[in-house]
Amino acid sequence: MNGIIKENPTFVLLLGMCPTLGTTSSALNGMSMGLATTFVLFCSNVVISMLKNLIPDMVRIPAFIVVIASFVTALQMCMQAFVPDIYATLGLFIPLIVVNCIILGRAEAFASKNKVVPSFFDGLGMGLGFTIALTLLGAVREILGTGKIFGIEMWTEDYGMLMFVLAPGAFIVLGYLIAIVNKFKKA
Amino acid sequence: METFYQYLIVFITAIFVNNVVLSQILGICPFLGVSKKIDTALGMSAAVAFVLVLATLVTYLLQYYVLNPCGLAYLQTIAFILVIAALVQMVEIILKKVSPALYQALGVYLPLITTNCAVLGVAILVIQKDFDLLMGIWYALSTALGFGLALTVFAGIREQLSMVAIPRGMQGMSIALITAGLLSMAFMGFSGVDNGLKTFFGL
Repeated sequence: MNGIIKENPTFVLLLGMCPTLGTTSSALNGMSMGLATTFVLFCSNVVISMLKNLIPDMVRIPAFIVVIASFVTALQMCMQAFVPDIYATLGLFIPLIVVNCIILGRAEAFASKNKVVPSFFDGLGMGLGFTIALTLLGAVREILGTGKIFGIEMWTEDYGMLMFVLAPGAFIVLGYLIAIVNKFKKA
Repeated sequence: METFYQYLIVFITAIFVNNVVLSQILGICPFLGVSKKIDTALGMSAAVAFVLVLATLVTYLLQYYVLNPCGLAYLQTIAFILVIAALVQMVEIILKKVSPALYQALGVYLPLITTNCAVLGVAILVIQKDFDLLMGIWYALSTALGFGLALTVFAGIREQLSMVAIPRGMQGMSIALITAGLLSMAFMGFSGVDNGLKTFFGL
């Protein structure tokens, strides 16, 4: 359960920056992306730890990528069928889960060396840490940008700064969140 | 002439208006990872440009001549990522044999490119936008130039940043991200230029 706070993939390990910045224009989008990544991370961790003795060392990276890409394709089809709205908003970033370094990183660093049960919890912990970070980032951007949080109005939209919903806001809010985390880490 | 204008608009849009890093937010890992010095930034940009154009060409042919006729379009993600991974390996081996000098310059960056989401992202975008082959390659090249521009400018700023006193908590990635945010804001000034050009050329 290290993944949630101590080794949080976003704030501490700084992995998987593209979906973190690209999809967190609102709290709901951030959470959807986080949960989608958690699903893939969790499934690929379990499958890879089961297969670890069967995969020759030389071709392990391509083999991991195939496992991850299969789950991403399955996820893509399910989302297209059941939650088409979210699928349309996240768009290109769903197939790009394949190249999220957190997933390959955990497969290489943890699942290929450990048994199924620890890998199961590692995937779940890391995924939840990622989801929390993305939801937080999305919530901050949504409230500053539109005055809403999860679509519920906190103050009128006139006070919102559109910039925070667009690309520059992503970089700036994440920069400050990391600074705050650093502050607490040192204290 | 109209075709020329269309190519020009795609070129300007991909570099300035929809810059791959600062506005579409793709390829952030190398953008933050290898932007400490201008030299490494230039090396990485060249390697990305090379692989991006090649990968777009190969994935385009794969999509239209293998996946679509066989009804396997749903395998796009798996097929593309495997092709890109294989391509990067192949480019590395060929460069080593054919041009050791170029390999020396780009070698370190090549393996990193497999997990650069800009490469897979552009390959998928070219299919989604229904470009023809030539336009797709042109789009990939323009995107790669946009990536190079953003990376080099950012590296220049970071070289300057290393010489000033930054508050403790903000050091490292935090100040880098805020700098990138300001840079991205500057690039927002270009938004709307693409539509303006379209009206100007009468398209």
